[in-house]
Amino acid sequence: MAQIFPKSANALAQASIIVAGALAATAGGALYWLQRSPYVTRQHETREQPVPFSHQHHVGGIGVDCRYCHTAVEKSAKAGIPPTKTCMNCHAQIWNDSPTLEPVRQSFRDGKSIAWTKVNDLPDFAYFNHSAHVNKGMGCSTCHGRIDLQPLAWQEHSLQMEWCLECHRNPEKFVRPQDQVFNVAWQAPANQIEVGKELVKKYGLKPRTSCSTCHR
Amino acid sequence: MSARRRNLLAGLVAVVALGAGCRQDMHDQPRLKAQARSEFWRDDRAGRPLVEGTIPRGHLREDEFLYTGRQYGQFVNAFPFVIDQKRMERGRDRYNIYCAPCHGATGAGNGMVVQRGYRAAGNFHQDRLRNERLGYFYDVIANGFGAMPDYAAQIGVEDRWAIVAYIRALQLSQHARLEDVPAARRAEAEKALSGAAPAAAGAAH
Ligand code: HEC
Ligand code: HEC
Ligand code: HEC
Ligand code: HEC
Ligand code: HEC
Ligand code: HEC
Repeated sequence: MAQIFPKSANALAQASIIVAGALAATAGGALYWLQRSPYVTRQHETREQPVPFSHQHHVGGIGVDCRYCHTAVEKSAKAGIPPTKTCMNCHAQIWNDSPTLEPVRQSFRDGKSIAWTKVNDLPDFAYFNHSAHVNKGMGCSTCHGRIDLQPLAWQEHSLQMEWCLECHRNPEKFVRPQDQVFNVAWQAPANQIEVGKELVKKYGLKPRTSCSTCHR
Repeated sequence: MSARRRNLLAGLVAVVALGAGCRQDMHDQPRLKAQARSEFWRDDRAGRPLVEGTIPRGHLREDEFLYTGRQYGQFVNAFPFVIDQKRMERGRDRYNIYCAPCHGATGAGNGMVVQRGYRAAGNFHQDRLRNERLGYFYDVIANGFGAMPDYAAQIGVEDRWAIVAYIRALQLSQHARLEDVPAARRAEAEKALSGAAPAAAGAAH
């Protein structure tokens, strides 16, 4: 009976195992990388908004505090997007004939909400709570970056589970004094870990990593 | 491949495919979320307003003093609760968030927004306002005044009173005399006044 496989088939078979392994590893690596890439997470990507609202103008330029607009951030899970009335507090009088602001005036006249596009958007099976963070020395800029330099708001971090856990496991790397929480320009001192450990103790931080903390 | 095996495989493929489909559903579940859009109601809002006239149990605003700054129709010149250090600091924070953009950090009426073209905001250090009753300031926050919008939606009742307390402190600070400083700290104040500029900012606190 003639042989179906030549002798070299042995080597080929061995090589193909290695190649298959390498391919699988590459594919795995590519997926690992792709999964965390800005393409998937949509980091640093601005969204189309009905009004080009600029934190750079309002926070960086005229120095309005976050809480003037995001009034709920200290007391509830949601920071909240301000109602049209909040814009009209100022824009009833200034830039009140700017065509860019027409959708705001329109909304104020007919009582329909401005349909802002959500930027930071966790999947619905993950639970997040602002008040639990911002009252415990976690600053806005730790999670949202230098919003005072963003002409249109973008998502600063991946918002993936590993990102949450990185801080829940090592809060001392990120914690800041409570009176600096709303200061977007705050910089970590050189001895952050030391200071951080003190603050973690002072504020009694015990961020949990059990699944039911965020998946409830 | 036996027929049973094939069916099992097809089933597995279907489960995986369905699973992939479900993933998006779990990311975006069909429940209503805060501030989200909902086509169900005519105003497109998922969040429903209270039916007009609804009063949650225990929230009837009976206390005229606390909620309107008035008693028997007249503005009061007192606080509905004790103003301690904590309340004063709360008032300072809230003032800096909600009022300083127009009234400025010292209450002179020249905040950033006024500098960008808003009508000049009231100067808290004019005699009329220095002698004004506390209830009046509460009323301006709750209902607005002339060109100034109301802050009823943004500032809770107790915080409004805390702001009023801080405004009174600002007014005192701009007309303070050295004799007003407790004797124990007078030397400190004199030293600060004699040269260093930062003292002015410190005095407001
Ligand atoms: C003058 C009002 C105003 C002030 C002050 C303000 N914001 Fe905003 N913010 C908005 C509006 C309106 C939006 C929605 C439009 C958008 O996403 O850009 C928004 C959106 C955001 C978003 C993105 C929301 C999303 O969809 O994920 C973040 C994050 C944010 N603000 C953080 C901050 C922080 C931090 C501060 C203080 C440093 C601040 N904002 C101050 C009005 C304001
Ligand atoms: C505290 C006062 C204040 C509030 C509240 C405020 N703005 Fe403004 N806004 C300003 C000022 C002042 C400018 C001019 C910016 C500058 O001079 O740098 C401005 C500029 C703008 C512009 C640019 C106008 C143009 O024609 O280029 C837009 C758009 C805008 N604001 C949108 C909004 C929206 C939307 C809101 C509500 C979420 C809002 N603003 C709330 C003070 C305010
Ligand atoms: C620990 C991280 C973290 C901190 C600190 C934080 N945020 Fe957020 N923020 C998030 C995440 C995550 C979301 C998305 C929430 C979602 O999709 O449910 C978000 C969403 C928002 C939104 C969109 C509206 C909403 O409520 O979902 C606004 C506005 C916002 N943040 C403002 C702020 C402000 C202002 C501060 C500081 C006072 C702040 N955030 C501090 C993580 C953070
Ligand atoms: C920069 C640090 C940091 C990041 C990033 C962070 N957290 Fe936290 N988280 C904390 C701290 C600190 C606490 C409070 C611990 C305490 O009170 O002891 C906390 C508490 C919580 C709680 C408990 C709230 C409660 O009701 O008790 C939840 C839920 C939570 N975080 C979810 C998240 C999610 C989801 C993310 C990612 C999207 C996230 N966190 C990202 C620091 C962080
Ligand atoms: C600190 C908050 C936090 C904790 C604790 C946490 N998760 Fe998550 N988890 C998240 C967030 C946020 C996401 C969404 C990430 C994303 O959008 O990619 C997530 C996503 C997931 C997903 C992916 C679902 C999908 O379809 O992408 C799984 C599975 C999961 N978590 C399981 C767990 C398990 C198991 C535990 C406990 C060992 C756990 N999580 C603990 C915040 C948390
Ligand atoms: C958007 C700008 C703006 C903001 C923010 C603002 N005000 Fe005013 N305020 C004004 C203007 C403008 C006037 C003058 C109104 C007029 O003369 O028609 C005024 C006047 C006043 C007066 C004087 C009334 C009188 O009898 O002369 C008081 C008191 C006052 N504001 C309190 C406050 C307090 C307290 C806050 C913070 C909760 C605040 N304002 C925030 C713009 C503002």
